[in-house]
Amino acid sequence: MIELKHISKVFPTADGDLHALTDVTLTVNDGDVYGIVGMSGAGKSTLVRCINLLERPTGGQVLIDGADLCAMGEKELIRTRRSISMIFQQFNLLMQRTCLKNITFPMEIAGVKGEAARKRALELLDVVGLPDKADAYPAQLSGGQKQRIAIARALASNPKILLCDEATSALDPKTTRDILRLIKDINRRLGITVVVITHEMAVVEEICTHVAILDHGHVMETGTVEEVFSNPKTEAGRRLVYPDRVVIDQLPAANVIRIAFNGGSSYEPLIASLAIDCGVKVNILGADTRNIDGRAFGTMLLGLPADPAEAAKAVAYIKSQPDVTMEEVRDYHG
Amino acid sequence: MGEFIMNILEALFGGGKTTVAQQIAYLQMDLLKDIWETLYSTVLATLFAYVIGLPLGVILVAGERDGVRPLPRPLMQALNIIVNLLRSIPFLILMILVIPLSRVLLGTSVGTVASIIPLVAAAFPFVARLVEGSLRESDRGVLEAAQAMGCTPAQIIFKVMLPEALPSLITGFTTAFITILSYGAMSAAIGGGGLGSLAINNGYQRRMTFILYVAVILLVILVQIFQSLGGWLSARLDRRINRAAKKTRRPRPEKTGIH
Repeated sequence: MIELKHISKVFPTADGDLHALTDVTLTVNDGDVYGIVGMSGAGKSTLVRCINLLERPTGGQVLIDGADLCAMGEKELIRTRRSISMIFQQFNLLMQRTCLKNITFPMEIAGVKGEAARKRALELLDVVGLPDKADAYPAQLSGGQKQRIAIARALASNPKILLCDEATSALDPKTTRDILRLIKDINRRLGITVVVITHEMAVVEEICTHVAILDHGHVMETGTVEEVFSNPKTEAGRRLVYPDRVVIDQLPAANVIRIAFNGGSSYEPLIASLAIDCGVKVNILGADTRNIDGRAFGTMLLGLPADPAEAAKAVAYIKSQPDVTMEEVRDYHG
Repeated sequence: MGEFIMNILEALFGGGKTTVAQQIAYLQMDLLKDIWETLYSTVLATLFAYVIGLPLGVILVAGERDGVRPLPRPLMQALNIIVNLLRSIPFLILMILVIPLSRVLLGTSVGTVASIIPLVAAAFPFVARLVEGSLRESDRGVLEAAQAMGCTPAQIIFKVMLPEALPSLITGFTTAFITILSYGAMSAAIGGGGLGSLAINNGYQRRMTFILYVAVILLVILVQIFQSLGGWLSARLDRRINRAAKKTRRPRPEKTGIH
């Protein structure tokens, strides 16, 4: 279990202190695939570097299975780091070593001897689907292959935790999906806790179970991916979940509600049946839905009829639907 | 035929007190010994310069505030000052300044072996800067990855920084070797032997023009050989080059001169 408690990180700069992280508190349970999302500059990379103390937090505690990393001496910290692996956007492979030697590297530094390390590395090459690349050098591989080698290297030390720092941001969409699938597979098969740093919501959708939204160094909201995606509670969350959403201020309706689909089959029949069953016509002002694990999530902004009786009928009908929640949009001003 | 060539050579280089034929006779006696002295003094001086300069270069990078093993700032400042100081003294003057040191270490300040001491004194700060430059090229991301994997500072230095910078270190070594070779030629001034002494003492001072040219041409050939060898080895060992794709090696900026 990873517990971040009141983490803050301040970088002193020529123009005064830069507060990269402010009072960040998060808990990642064993076996989770935890996404930390935010725009560029939100502090994501700093935050993930605080988990293995590549960045030492200015304040707060980093607890891994209850042990505080910040309080550890150098030796103990080094030992703890060997159970926390990390993969990077730029792969960071050793360019002068073969793939096999890259994978044996973490074992080499931990004192695992030659033949055993070699055997394990060959197994891991199989796991990541590159059994024929043992003697190739990283320069001979494509980006996706390099990341696979990096993942194999990350697994070599039998870690409890895998940190992914924008691990797919340098890859094309198809390779991204393949790598994400591999990470998800590793999480399921080996039970390794995964922390994913990304600016792409699609990555979170694809593999994460939980998500935290980071904005300007603050955690804005946390929850399961379903919760946060179906109904983001903060402005930062909505900005990330619905990047192209219609700005409410511009909508020409008197009575606006937002309905959220929490994994029902589809949103279209609801509007159709509203018209057929109740005879109420609503105005679809904006919609953003997405498919997660085969279920529909998303929100829709509806303009209700001006007649209060009709509006109440519509609200009552929507409320009676399973897997749908509703809220009035109060910040609307026509 | 042979006579014809000799006549041309006499016309070009003769006219002094010695004929070209006499100069050739002199070369037959001494040339191999001179080449040997040039090579062994250069090799030994380079070796000792690296014994001191390599660790110093590593410390200059690793000991920095954001290096893998930060060292106290006053120590780092002192090391930088020493390196800069030694590099700012012209070699001809440095040779004279280290005469007492040569006496203490070797009992003499004259001769080929004694000339190694000033060469090392001049070259090790240069080597330290070359090594520093090579190590600074290393990818910060890779160092970060090594740190994240739980490498100790020593493991990062010996298993990551130095091996990853190997091609660049070899290029630097070639530069250092050639620079030391050319500075070694100057050590004739304090009685060092070798091709430099041949060129200065015989070629220049005794006006044996033919010998002067032979010595210079041999030095040029030696430099060419070692530069090609170093370049070949560096490229050969650089695994960043994707040979299958036949990519050309990116050119490295050449550093020249101790000062």
